Amino acid sequence: MAYLMIFISAIFVNNIVLSQFLGICPFLGVSKKISTAVGMGFAVMFVMTLSTIVTFLVYYSFLQPYNLTFMITVTFILVIAALVQMVEIILKKASPALYEALGIFLPLITTNCAVLGIAILTIQKNYTLIAGVCYALASAIGFTLAIVIFAGIRERLAYTKIPASLQGTPIALITAGLLSMAFMGFAGIGN
Amino acid sequence: MNKNSYANLTRGIIKENPTFVMLLGMCPTLGVTTSALNGLGMGLATLFVLILSNSLISIIKGFIPPMVRIPAYIVVIASCVTVIELLMAAYLPTLHSALGIFIPLIVVNCIILGRAEAFASKHGLWQSILDAVGMGIGFTIGLTLLGITREILGNGSIFNYSFISDSASPLLLFIMPPGAFLALAGLIIAFNKLREGK
Repeated sequence: MAYLMIFISAIFVNNIVLSQFLGICPFLGVSKKISTAVGMGFAVMFVMTLSTIVTFLVYYSFLQPYNLTFMITVTFILVIAALVQMVEIILKKASPALYEALGIFLPLITTNCAVLGIAILTIQKNYTLIAGVCYALASAIGFTLAIVIFAGIRERLAYTKIPASLQGTPIALITAGLLSMAFMGFAGIGN
Repeated sequence: MNKNSYANLTRGIIKENPTFVMLLGMCPTLGVTTSALNGLGMGLATLFVLILSNSLISIIKGFIPPMVRIPAYIVVIASCVTVIELLMAAYLPTLHSALGIFIPLIVVNCIILGRAEAFASKHGLWQSILDAVGMGIGFTIGLTLLGITREILGNGSIFNYSFISDSASPLLLFIMPPGAFLALAGLIIAFNKLREGK
């Protein structure tokens, strides 16, 4: 039940993009088409879950026992960067089809603050490994949900007449604001 | 100050303003600007990290093999962020807890790696510091303006100094997440109008 709560809360109530503001760059950057948004979403899901597991193990088996917890930022970003690189190499060899689909998104993910953010938040919230995995996976699903809906709206927006001063970024931000308002409707679920 | 240095210093403030023109570092921009003070604090923290990392990278750029330069930059930046984070935890504990997760996330702020790669790795120490100061000030101005806008609309106060009566109800929406997107959209429209008008 507790895991279910973490799951629902991370997807809807505290949506990682629309209420925690993590991963805004890919959210605004690769959301012009639904197909790329879906690809990005799956790549984030894969990397975020994997990196949360690895950083969790690194933290509790190296950093904490040796009193190096102040090194958390340096260690985690290195682990994530190395991990993304490794996943890219392994995917290229093991599953060319999957690499074709996710490949171009992987390098972008290293600088996706959502991945580092969720890894650190898992530690800060004192989650167990299973709860942490639940949290990471649900956050990534929340990211995918938000970016796919957003891309859908932007595809329709492309055919709409928009006032000149709103074109480009402003209308995208206003759309995101409205989407965020819609997600506020879920706020009651957690309590 | 010669013309070149002046250009490096002012580039980040208006022409390539990270918040309004380049749209870099959007996560802290939207995430922490619930009040003017938080926006200013985040902007200054980023400014200090940027100055530290830009000068360090410009000093050691000759020793880093080009193949591994990005990971090397990331380690330098992460170390700078850790230094600033520990300093803030010691001397500014309230600000430190208000900014929360966004302090370690300065590491993945695109502005910092972007400036390291685009500027500090090609220029000398003094010019790199000027560039960092300009970009940092541009970012700080962006965050503070957004913070001021959201605090006035959403809380009826400015830098914690309230100017409305207790019975009046401000537009609470603006200090909630949707307000961040809407306020930034408004500021970008205003910034573009101002630049066009020139």
